[in-house]
Amino acid sequence: MKLTAQKVEELEKIAQEVRREIVSMIYRAGSGHPGGSLGMADIFTALYFQILNHNPKDPEYLERDRLVLSNGHICPVQYAALALAGYFPLEDLQDLRKIGSGLQGHPYRGFLPGIETTSGPLGSGLSQAAGMAWAGKHDQKKWQVVCLMSDAEQDEGNVWEAVMFATKYKLGNLTAVIDRNKIEVDGPTEKVMPLGSLKEKYQAFGWHVLEIDGHDFKEIANAFEESKDIKGKPVLIVANTVLGKGVSFMENKIEWHSHSINKEELDKALKELE
Amino acid sequence: MLNKTLNPKLFNEDVERISMRDGFSEGLVRAGEEDENLIAVCADLVKSIKMDAFTQKFPDRLVEVGVAEQNLVTVASGIAAASKNVFAGSYAIFSPGRNWEQIRTTICINNQPVKLVGSHAGIGTGPDGVTHQALEDLALMRVLPNMVVLSPCDAEETKKATLAMAKLDMPCYIRFPREEVPVITTKDSPFEIGKAQVFWEGKDATIISTGEMVYQALLAAKELAESKISVRVINVSTIKPLDTKCILQAVEETGAIVTAEDHQVAGGLGSAVSELVSQNFPVPVKMVGIHDRFGESGQPEELMEKYGLTKEEIIKGVLTVLRMK
Repeated sequence: MKLTAQKVEELEKIAQEVRREIVSMIYRAGSGHPGGSLGMADIFTALYFQILNHNPKDPEYLERDRLVLSNGHICPVQYAALALAGYFPLEDLQDLRKIGSGLQGHPYRGFLPGIETTSGPLGSGLSQAAGMAWAGKHDQKKWQVVCLMSDAEQDEGNVWEAVMFATKYKLGNLTAVIDRNKIEVDGPTEKVMPLGSLKEKYQAFGWHVLEIDGHDFKEIANAFEESKDIKGKPVLIVANTVLGKGVSFMENKIEWHSHSINKEELDKALKELE
Repeated sequence: MLNKTLNPKLFNEDVERISMRDGFSEGLVRAGEEDENLIAVCADLVKSIKMDAFTQKFPDRLVEVGVAEQNLVTVASGIAAASKNVFAGSYAIFSPGRNWEQIRTTICINNQPVKLVGSHAGIGTGPDGVTHQALEDLALMRVLPNMVVLSPCDAEETKKATLAMAKLDMPCYIRFPREEVPVITTKDSPFEIGKAQVFWEGKDATIISTGEMVYQALLAAKELAESKISVRVINVSTIKPLDTKCILQAVEETGAIVTAEDHQVAGGLGSAVSELVSQNFPVPVKMVGIHDRFGESGQPEELMEKYGLTKEEIIKGVLTVLRMK
């Protein structure tokens, strides 16, 4: 189903709201990862408001699609999307990284509705998603599994173990997304540990690969639509994104991978995100 | 005096020996028959750790991840997240040896009830040598919140432990050695996760042992009895949660402890018992086990001898703690 112009506009509005919540909550928390969170705001918005079959009022609903966030450090974007989708009250976003809060610094399963798995240590999300997809396929379930990863996370050997596994078991119900912003903690990904063409790498491992602009809702929606039609093999969506997207002084700046936000920066960011 | 439910031929020279892997194999097949939701995951060692009988019976319920132990436990976590009862097995040195953080994050923090199986544990793994002898796995698993840790003493107990862990709704690790070990228990011997069992009654000191060292402990108790020294032997088949009641009762009644394990004493059973005893009822403790070193190639019995995992070392330990009382 192609997105109408009206739907695109609606999603763009929600994504801006997600971004405002991200900068506000990281400002209040005093620490966090704004860059990747902002960069994935459009994809998270598309997932929770268009693509996933889910029920915020019944997060454990058995027939739900599973969303596995592998690079847990960008959880502010997931928290904001979950709150806006109705999983928990928006005011809970105030408590990011606070003691006793469900909004832990990295996602903690059982602490917050809608979190499928605990994550933070990189490289293990895809194999958990593949395990879920194996079980869903084994039981002939209709639900899909979506796994979101960072690009730098592809340095982890565990990822490639899962890549081979998903091909072997023909996990057509698994779609992975790589947030290709080309920036990691120590610098550009191509300098820290060159990844080259992820498309060619995954294709060589037997995956069906799509490449999109991760900020274009039509491309995002079309890619997930296409992924459902691919049978018998897992699908990778390489989403080209901009770290810090939407806040000009954060865009493509390595230092905003992990950074606190002061009051002045918050006001400036919120103004740009109106 | 020997517990009446144990093998009456235990002290015969030709005592029957069975690999605990066979007990695991039998237990897994039975558990698989009882629960169609039970899935086995393995990392290229199906025959070696004896998951093959299960695989032959339920071919579509085996997940083979290849030589990839990080994937082994994380795929297992994912399958468990979809409400399956998952057993994930390898050699103990590879799992939990190689993939500890994945176990911590995706199984223990997530509290996914994955059942981890570590075969070829201990120095008794023998000729394969130092790289394959897991002497630290109990320590690695014992420090993780939510994790239950089992270390049975023979094939029959391994079977019972496998069946019991299949019914457990929390993460669990079981370890057992490669080699054939004497048959100690019978169908009538009690087994319950979290309960230690007194295998030999006594009052002067207590030998607290686990795994294949339980046999050495019983040999030591018999020999000491001949010298009129009465020791109690406790089989600790659940390392965590430790049966504090049984152990503290023995501590109060006998006042001296020797622990015995095929594992580093640091972090293993020796540590677990000392943590309990020192905080509740301090008495002399001697630890028989591996003392901060690695093994080497050799036949299991040669290695047990060279590294001090013998009834003689246990007897020496008992005589020492008796003097310290």
